[in-house]
Amino acid sequence: MIPFDFDYYKPESMDEAFKCYQDLLINNKKPLYYGGGTEIISMARVKGIVFDSVIDLKGIPECSQLEVSGGKFRIGAAQTLTNIAECNAYPLLSKTIKRIADHTIQGKITIGGNLAGTIKYREAALPLMISDCSLQVMTQGGLAELPFSKAFNGKLQLKKGEFLVSVLIEENDLSLPYNHVKRTKQEKIDYPLITMVALKNEKAIKTAITGYGDNPIILSERIINHKLYNVEQKINKIINLAHSDCKGDLSGSREYKEFVLENMLQEMFSNFEKIG
Amino acid sequence: MHLSGNSIIVLNVNGEDKTVMVKPAYTLLHVLREELSLTGAKSGCENGDCGACTVLVDDMPVKSCLMLAVEAVGHRITTVEGLKNAPIQDAFIKNWGFQCGYCTSGFLMVCHALAMHKPDADDPIIEEWLQSNLCRCTGYEEIENAVKSILSGNYK
Repeated sequence: MIPFDFDYYKPESMDEAFKCYQDLLINNKKPLYYGGGTEIISMARVKGIVFDSVIDLKGIPECSQLEVSGGKFRIGAAQTLTNIAECNAYPLLSKTIKRIADHTIQGKITIGGNLAGTIKYREAALPLMISDCSLQVMTQGGLAELPFSKAFNGKLQLKKGEFLVSVLIEENDLSLPYNHVKRTKQEKIDYPLITMVALKNEKAIKTAITGYGDNPIILSERIINHKLYNVEQKINKIINLAHSDCKGDLSGSREYKEFVLENMLQEMFSNFEKIG
Repeated sequence: MHLSGNSIIVLNVNGEDKTVMVKPAYTLLHVLREELSLTGAKSGCENGDCGACTVLVDDMPVKSCLMLAVEAVGHRITTVEGLKNAPIQDAFIKNWGFQCGYCTSGFLMVCHALAMHKPDADDPIIEEWLQSNLCRCTGYEEIENAVKSILSGNYK
């Protein structure tokens, strides 16, 4: 039970949603964009978040798209993890999001919510960080398309009142060989100790991890693909470089996380070596 | 749509349209239990962890503690009261799929949905779906046996 009242708005267009937020701000309200709502409801229940209006984005057609067209996989921000996984246009993304929370909740969590939420892991971002991806964002000036690396730096970099409309991934990246490993402290369904994803194209391997520190990070592409280092040297250099990002927590100490990452990297190099 | 304070909405529950007065802050679980007196969905953790409050929305399992009632407008809600002698209920009895019974309605809804959507589910899929719910009596094996007994490919 949420212990405070709020107003509920369900706009039917991007403009209506943006204007609704601005109008509420002008009237000294505290609005919140609402996707799946799982994090908002669970935090509101314990008063971990306070707001007096929610703007539900699920009625906006652009936020609900899910298709491969025009050379891109287009995912509306209000699409659920279940729908994205079932569609399976991008197997690495499917595999990653099928390990977020549990199967039932995946039917409620939206990709926009996972990227924009306050829970630091943001596992859905990992496959997007290492692919040719852009985000469509509703801004004061209208719909803008931004490279993923510009709009997401560990967390979504949006101005007040802006909202994520859709994720666009280049079709060429969808079927690349990939690696996904999620390690948890104990249970299969849990926040990650470390989750690692990797893609291999004809030129390079790209890798991103979360759970290691405060935010998801990309591991050094230069080191991972360095032609003069052997695997052991690459792993040592990556661990050293990421040392300052590594933070111990209840899931595992800093030293343990470095040990786990070392093993995950070995596994990844070995898997990619097998496929040539 | 804009709702503020006490508002009247229509929810389709177990095949019937129900007119109900809600506040936007009411969860679907609260409205089902307190406004519609459908107490089959149980309040457990209210945090999306235990699954005792699971109902079906458009035939897919949803933890009703993590859904606002206003979000359910225009969708079909099925609670355990709406199963009405579905094969999974008989399967739970025959396979001793419950002990204290508190988690049972949530498990029934997940298993019913699994059988509808994945009648040929293999072990990893069954595990994936059932991991959404907790049984503190730890009757997992019996529940798994129950759902497997009805995965015949002709489940209605």
